[in-house]
Amino acid sequence: MNMNEEELLRNFEEKIDVDQKIEPRDWMPEAYRKHLIRQISQHAHSEVIGMQPEGNWINRAPSLRAKMVLLAKIQDEAGHGLYLYSAAETLGISREEMLDQLHTLKAKYSNIFNYPTLTWADIGAVGWLVDGAAIVNQVSLQRTSYGPYSRGMIRICKEESFHQRQGYEIMAQMAQGTPEQKEMAQDALNRFWWPSMMMFGPHDSNSPNTGNALRWRIKRESNDTLRQRFIDKTVQQANVIGLTIPDPDLKWNEERGHYDFGEINWEEFYAVINGNGPCNKERIDHHKKAHEEGRWVREAALAYAEKQKQETLV
Amino acid sequence: MTDKERLLQYCLRQGDTHIIFGYRLGEWCSKAHILEEDIALTNIALDHMGLGNAWLERAASVDSEKRSPDDLAYRRNEREYYNLLLAEQPNGNYANTIARQFLFDVYSVLYYSELLNSADDTLAGIAGKGLKEVRYHYKHSAQWVVRLGDGTVESHKKIQEAIDDMWRFTEELFEMDETDDIIAKSGVGVDVSGLKEAWKTQVSEVLEKATLSLPDHNLSRTGSKTGVHTEHLGHILAEMQYLPRAYPDAQW
Ligand SMILES: [Fe+2]
Ligand SMILES: [Fe+2]
Repeated sequence: MNMNEEELLRNFEEKIDVDQKIEPRDWMPEAYRKHLIRQISQHAHSEVIGMQPEGNWINRAPSLRAKMVLLAKIQDEAGHGLYLYSAAETLGISREEMLDQLHTLKAKYSNIFNYPTLTWADIGAVGWLVDGAAIVNQVSLQRTSYGPYSRGMIRICKEESFHQRQGYEIMAQMAQGTPEQKEMAQDALNRFWWPSMMMFGPHDSNSPNTGNALRWRIKRESNDTLRQRFIDKTVQQANVIGLTIPDPDLKWNEERGHYDFGEINWEEFYAVINGNGPCNKERIDHHKKAHEEGRWVREAALAYAEKQKQETLV
Repeated sequence: MTDKERLLQYCLRQGDTHIIFGYRLGEWCSKAHILEEDIALTNIALDHMGLGNAWLERAASVDSEKRSPDDLAYRRNEREYYNLLLAEQPNGNYANTIARQFLFDVYSVLYYSELLNSADDTLAGIAGKGLKEVRYHYKHSAQWVVRLGDGTVESHKKIQEAIDDMWRFTEELFEMDETDDIIAKSGVGVDVSGLKEAWKTQVSEVLEKATLSLPDHNLSRTGSKTGVHTEHLGHILAEMQYLPRAYPDAQW
């Protein structure tokens, strides 16, 4: 490292220390750039792949309102994806490259979307738990050090809290509905609870990327801190609508001022990350298929745009 | 038929058409060629659902059986649905979808422009809101017709075939039966038979710009006024109505 770069790094770290945002044109260490590209593109892919388990129920949404709410939610998620792809592009990677990484399994997306939505209650559970967990994470990321990412999070969080409330509303209505509806609601909670807990990632003691990410303030709080916050707020919400969290070890700890909870099945977590979840193959195949089937349309749009350009030149 | 029954029937026809378009466009979710287009198609689906809901609310308000808009959408069977046959045609490839939407969107702008003057305040209100939306739909689909028509050899072929196929269901847009006649004469509804010339002119203009030609066949299918559909509708309703039908006592 020459003097110049040392100075640049000191400059960069001083900015970070006083919570000044890093902007696309600013100098940044390669490792910072790489970490951000990985995290933001993974976040973007999650929004986009997440459209599949929810889209699975659009045709079967049981009321006109339910259908409109779900369509609007999925549209929001697509918008989040678009916004995040743009944020990642400011770091010097193209959307095509990101999609290619997704299709070749080099880029990940949130594990949670590798679980299937089997009943309508799952749409409630996804909104309540998955968007609920996402909010905890994203509120924290509003203070992330990279400007475009931070601004993206501020914009996205407003919509996520809508989604969370709408999902909770579905769960509440079903939990107080007919016996079959109540059973579906509890079953959805049983299946989505632990995968939602896993959304915050490994324990801090086991999280290889956390060190730098915290030092450079990409991440502002640790996995375990965020997970605890999610649990504390969600347990109460479950109690209000009479559903039971599927964790026998869950207990209020007066001293800590938090809920204690049971151990997460990390074997399952790593199995899903490594491609062996219930829907990993389906999700990627679906995305690739749509992308392939759309090739001729993209080519047509491009050819047309070229012709228009030629005409204006003439 | 009483006045109310006639208005109910009229509102169901328009409402069902939008609900079924909403269904078809919703099927595109996560399948479009680019994320921006996924957003556009979902957005248009949402507009159709909103319009469908508004029409069914008006229908419910004159229903002697006091059915709610949800009852009307989720508890009527295939022969009690009155959407245009065009709406229920499968998405096929992107060109099929764009052709279907385009042929309807041209009509829709003309229809809602007329409905603005409806003697029924609720319907005039629907038209006011709907016109802005369907103008955007038209812009979207017409642009794509031109892009595909004047794009590559492959896209040109696909969109021409799609227009030719969907053409069979356009005669029905302008069909009037006794109910439509009476509703139109009372100043509440639109005399759609009068929209045909303007529709054809505008469709021709866009097709010409897209280097496409008007279909030269006389194939035509109608039947929705009496609830006689293509085979596709039954599958749509089976999927769409399954939850309310399977759990008739449940609220959602
Ligand atoms: Fe989102
Ligand atoms: Fe969301």
